[in-house]
Amino acid sequence: MKIQFDREKCQGHGRCYALVPSLFECDDEGYAVVNELGELDVAQVHGARLAADNCPEFAITVE
Amino acid sequence: MNRDQHADVSTDFDHTSPAWVADPFPIWDELRGTCPVAHSDRYGGVWLPTRHADVSAIANDTEHFTSRSVVVTNHRPPMELAPQGIAPPISSDPPYHQDARRMLLPAFSPQNIDKLVPSTRAYCRELLGAMQDRDVFDAAAEYAQHIPVRVIANMLGLPEADGDVFRGFVHDVLEGVARPLEERIETFLALLAYLQGHIDDHVANPRDDMISFLLEAEIDGTRLDHFQVARTVGLLLIAGIDTTWSAIGASLWHLAKTPTDRERLVADPSMIPTAVEEFLRAYAPVTMARLVREDFEFQGCPMKAEEWILLSFPAANRDPEVFDRPDEVLIDRQPNRHAAFGLGIHRCAGSHLARMEIRVALEEFLKAFPSFELADPDPDAVSWSAGQVRGPRVLPIKVGA
Repeated sequence: MKIQFDREKCQGHGRCYALVPSLFECDDEGYAVVNELGELDVAQVHGARLAADNCPEFAITVE
Repeated sequence: MNRDQHADVSTDFDHTSPAWVADPFPIWDELRGTCPVAHSDRYGGVWLPTRHADVSAIANDTEHFTSRSVVVTNHRPPMELAPQGIAPPISSDPPYHQDARRMLLPAFSPQNIDKLVPSTRAYCRELLGAMQDRDVFDAAAEYAQHIPVRVIANMLGLPEADGDVFRGFVHDVLEGVARPLEERIETFLALLAYLQGHIDDHVANPRDDMISFLLEAEIDGTRLDHFQVARTVGLLLIAGIDTTWSAIGASLWHLAKTPTDRERLVADPSMIPTAVEEFLRAYAPVTMARLVREDFEFQGCPMKAEEWILLSFPAANRDPEVFDRPDEVLIDRQPNRHAAFGLGIHRCAGSHLARMEIRVALEEFLKAFPSFELADPDPDAVSWSAGQVRGPRVLPIKVGA
């Protein structure tokens, strides 16, 4: 499983990096940056789904 | 006009009517089920989408909908104001919008907002300290409203003591929507004149605040002129005060009437950030607006150029298609994909500031007063603001109950 992050859809709401700071950070303007991890372990999949399910712009998917 | 709102709500709604102001939720729920994109002839024509999908589609469609004005009134601002609009970047369309917004975003990034936590906490404690000896006080007027006024005044570089001046302007702009155009222009000019005095002072004496930052800022290699600076500062004042005041007040209103939620947050303050997201969803204070650019059919609705869209993020947040049990306030709701700060390119630039203020305001209030309730069970004892920013303006609280 990997995180798919659509930078074009991200509007900087910041739900992902507030909820799952181990997987997401914010840049200087408040937009999300994904920590490049490649394949996720079980705990990371849980965190990634939490971020995906809370993103108001549907910018994050886990596949 | 004294009509029954519920009798003809799908053809004649008015977001400033007493029924809407007191309790808009049944109106939106009814419309979502029967007429999800409703129309009213008021204000020269206004459409109201109540489904999340439609609100999102319009918020993301800058081709057919312009942000030239975002406050529904009987008047339309002049076309010549485009592409900046009256208060950039909220009133700007692409491509100008992006540059005007990116200039502001770093100041409102989570990293920079974190630096304001200690001073915000200190204001909250000072306000609460002044109420320690009282059994009953107005949590909206005496607590919630002062927090964003002081935070934004310091951030911008305006005197804290001018709080009443700002609040007067903000009230006139947001709630005086039915007043004649001449009066609205007069208010706006008075606000600009007030700000111009402070801009002149910052030109002579630069300091570390938002006004000095904007005076140095450039878009496409060109400095902003003072008129642009004044309009952007005006936006930050208007956008930063009533909105956050409303969110803090609505959260306290909920906790005053819901002892189990209050007790949970007192027992475990680490739940407050999750609860704040739910208060933002359930009591989202801000409805935005757009203007239809040209005649356009949306979801079978024949929209005419220059008609308004009331872009109700609060109604979207109650859509059962997106939220389970949308009418229940679940302070540990997860997931919570709410749209309280808007959707698309105009996402509230101050959202990280607002969240911080709401969280700190609740943390400090619950520490100072772990036990409180509504002072008067009569719903009319609490009054709510009219227009596109909704929150309690009179909120009598009895503490130590």
